[in-house]
Amino acid sequence: MNGIVPAPIAALPWRVIFILMALVGFGATVLYSAAGGHLEPWAGKHVLRFIVLLGMAIAMSRMPLEFWKSITFPLYLVLVLLLVVVELMGFVGGGSQRWINLGFITLQPSELMKPVMVLAAAWFFDRLPPNRIFGIDAIWPLVLLLVLPSALVIIQPDFDAAIAYAFGLGVVGFMAGLPLIYFIGAGAGVAVLAPLVYFFGMKPYQQDRVLIFLNPENDPLGTGYHITQSKIAIGSGGIFGKGFGNGTQSHLDYLPEGHTDFVFATMAEEWGIVGGFFILFLYFLLMRWGLRVAMRSRTRYGQLVAAGLTCTIFFYIMINLLMVVGLAPVAGIPLPFVSHGGSSMLTMMLCVGIIMSIERHPGAKRGQFQ
Amino acid sequence: MKVEKQVTSGQLDFTFTRRAVFVGGVQAAVGLTVAARMSYIAVADNEKYKLLAESNRVNLTIIPPRRGWFVDRYGKPIATNRADFRVDIIPDRLVQKEETVRTLAELLTLSNDDVDRIHRELKNAQGFQPVQVADGLDYERFAAVSVRLPDLPGVSPRQGYSRFYPSGAAVGHLIGYVGTVSAEEYQKNKNPLLITPGFKVGKDGLEKTLEDRLQGEPGAKRTEVTAGGKIVRDLATRPDTPGKPVQLTIDIDLHNYAARRLGLESGSVVVFDCLTGDILTMASMPCYDPNSFSDGIGRVEWKMLNSDDHIPMLNKALQGLYPPGSTLKPVAGLAMLRHGVDPEETVICNGGYRLGNRVFKCLGRHGAVNMRTAIMKSCNTYFYAMGHRIGYDNIAPVGRELGLGQEFPLPFPSQRYGTVPDSAWKMRKYDQKWTDSDTLNAVIGQGYIIASPFQLAVMAARISSGLNVQPEILLQKRTAPKALSFPTEHLDVVRDGMNLVVNGAGTAVRSRLQLENITMAGKTGTAQVRRIAGAQRGQSGAWKYRDHGLFVCFAPVSAPRYAASVVIEHGMGGARAAAPIAKDVLTFLYDRAQAMASLEALEAGWGGNIEQRMAAKYAMYQGQPALPPPLDPTA
Repeated sequence: MNGIVPAPIAALPWRVIFILMALVGFGATVLYSAAGGHLEPWAGKHVLRFIVLLGMAIAMSRMPLEFWKSITFPLYLVLVLLLVVVELMGFVGGGSQRWINLGFITLQPSELMKPVMVLAAAWFFDRLPPNRIFGIDAIWPLVLLLVLPSALVIIQPDFDAAIAYAFGLGVVGFMAGLPLIYFIGAGAGVAVLAPLVYFFGMKPYQQDRVLIFLNPENDPLGTGYHITQSKIAIGSGGIFGKGFGNGTQSHLDYLPEGHTDFVFATMAEEWGIVGGFFILFLYFLLMRWGLRVAMRSRTRYGQLVAAGLTCTIFFYIMINLLMVVGLAPVAGIPLPFVSHGGSSMLTMMLCVGIIMSIERHPGAKRGQFQ
Repeated sequence: MKVEKQVTSGQLDFTFTRRAVFVGGVQAAVGLTVAARMSYIAVADNEKYKLLAESNRVNLTIIPPRRGWFVDRYGKPIATNRADFRVDIIPDRLVQKEETVRTLAELLTLSNDDVDRIHRELKNAQGFQPVQVADGLDYERFAAVSVRLPDLPGVSPRQGYSRFYPSGAAVGHLIGYVGTVSAEEYQKNKNPLLITPGFKVGKDGLEKTLEDRLQGEPGAKRTEVTAGGKIVRDLATRPDTPGKPVQLTIDIDLHNYAARRLGLESGSVVVFDCLTGDILTMASMPCYDPNSFSDGIGRVEWKMLNSDDHIPMLNKALQGLYPPGSTLKPVAGLAMLRHGVDPEETVICNGGYRLGNRVFKCLGRHGAVNMRTAIMKSCNTYFYAMGHRIGYDNIAPVGRELGLGQEFPLPFPSQRYGTVPDSAWKMRKYDQKWTDSDTLNAVIGQGYIIASPFQLAVMAARISSGLNVQPEILLQKRTAPKALSFPTEHLDVVRDGMNLVVNGAGTAVRSRLQLENITMAGKTGTAQVRRIAGAQRGQSGAWKYRDHGLFVCFAPVSAPRYAASVVIEHGMGGARAAAPIAKDVLTFLYDRAQAMASLEALEAGWGGNIEQRMAAKYAMYQGQPALPPPLDPTA
């Protein structure tokens, strides 16, 4: 690096920081417009949160990989315990509750569990001897890891979180080299189980979401309203959009959740598909960064964690974008780094912080010091 | 340990790299899918979604067009539009029905009758049809509702126009009234204008038949609204195009005078310009007040109208049919002259005419009468004798030529045209031969013959002018009417007789015009309602069995210009009930002060003018004698 910039600053992972700043900056612009040209109540907080959490991520990147490895399992246990606590609080307070208010911050254990699930899976595969990968030993601990928190979130009920856990675990298992037949089998199993889950496992509002996804025009003013209005916002934006501050769908409140889950539609209305492609390109860069970190990591734990967390971020992006363009059912999942909301930003920055740490500590080549 | 396959960490490394590339590929594929889908929505379907976004954003409010005015022949307004504040309920958007109506009744100080009507209309209305709560509101009451709007979903306050009839009940039957579109009408033609609050269509009379001319084109107000319905700003507004005004042949002052002059009677006055056929007056009383009808009809008001044995819902001028009685004698006279009767030939009246073994009575013993004196004295014997001589089949065509039994091409919703009987008609209708006694009855306007007051006025107009005048209600240039087939000498004999009725020693001398140089000619008529029973003869007893009083007339005698008919139901006699009204109405044309003085003296005895009497009656029906109807704009 050149000499003008001090070494500690020059050593920061500027590539990913630039990507994130672009995403958050563009997100803040959209939120600024959505608030009718005001920093309050969303845009200002959005940037502020990012700055604080970026600091946290940079601090995390200083931690050696061994530190993450050592706290993985305790962290997992603490979160399972917190899930139980949340459940009990909800039971006592009457009604479902998903967070613990610590006064200065609200902790949502089910949200934090998403990256921790990836860590736990990576931690397990790191310990698993390579030649056991095809055996039953590679499966039952994973099932155990998954079932416990999943059961706790499903009774909240937060089905989306359970799916996210399964996805994170599945991705790590896939990267770790589990036989392909498992995944093909699971796919077939889902195809068989999905109808059963739909009819017996879902609450009516969840069933509604699926039905509406299948045919949103059926009920344009009822529950299909979200998807219809989102498509109207994106479709009316055209190639170049209606211009900054000119989105009618968001400004006149036709688009619900225009600053959180449907922020992409708010953006697309004003910036058109040009804005949409810009965001997609930034996500492409982010994913490429994450997977490169994974591939360059020389430890199995680092590889799996980096790839798994990248995929966790990807999971958010995918579900949100497919929902907003009408290709997936409505799920309460925000768009990473763009949507307003502290909880998801925290999770995302935790992922980024750990990946940064892996980037900074690629580790010794396997076998050299073992 | 059973090892089927040895796996090293190097192999897993390799697997990892391969699978990471695969995952990256999947991610790229998802990204491309989103990009493609987004492009499709935003480029291929751009137009469709732009339109949807616009229809979200823009709220189109229809501005109901102002109805065309009705003006009289001198341009005086008969029906106008008053700018007002109004409140309606859209039943579809109503959340708490009882609560909302109660609040509105409180804010707008509605009467119980109105609240009752609103509930009834809400029950019958389909969801999209606005139900009128009140119109003609002052700003304070309007504002009181407007500020409470957030608590009153389904309530629509508006600034608009409402129909106003300055003459009130006097023009009810002539003009009709307006009201909100019925559900059936809306189902037929799903025009959103029809269910716009404040939009009304003609429900009766000319308002109904001339709807197309009067309606006009609606305007539109475009506003930008939020999803919650809050108006952000006004966009372009296209004003309404008011309907075309309609100028009538009516002289509204004369018409109003005639309606007032009818007083407590149930009857009608029709006045023609006998040279052109222009209808100057067509008053039928009693009548509903079209102002309050156009606001929606209250229960008390309806009961008041329906329980009235004077039948205020019937336009008696066009739809009332009466035996014309002796008013037909000039018609018979013309027929006799045509068929060779010498007008100077006399008939001895000894109080009746013997036909076979039956004596047809006359009202007096008139001695030797010729045609003129027979008309003057209304001598039945003369007409029995001469009618018997020429036969009714020779009289009926004359009656038809003079307008009896005729339906006129006028824009009124319904006319009844009565019967001019003859032998063929009787054969057709009853399969019986025409008898001589049928002739004797018909010649004095009794029996099978019935006619409307309107036809009698046409008859008077044609006799007085000798022209085949066609009645007209819409003021327009027309070709001059052609002469009738009667020679002037014949018409002069009949007119002479009619002159003597008023100005000689006839039946209506007491109704002579008190004017210099202007005289009126006429013919009285008294029509039996039921067969003469004993000595009673329809001159006393229950109102509904009393004889009808009729009078046809024209003036001035020297150069006829105006012709009229006055029919008073159960008035007991033409000379007694109808002729004095005709006298005052014709006087009004020449000397308003004299006519008004006469009317005001009468009204003092009747308990006020039409509006005052109706208000008093309404109050009586409501059981609250002190309060006038709060929503009656004419009170």
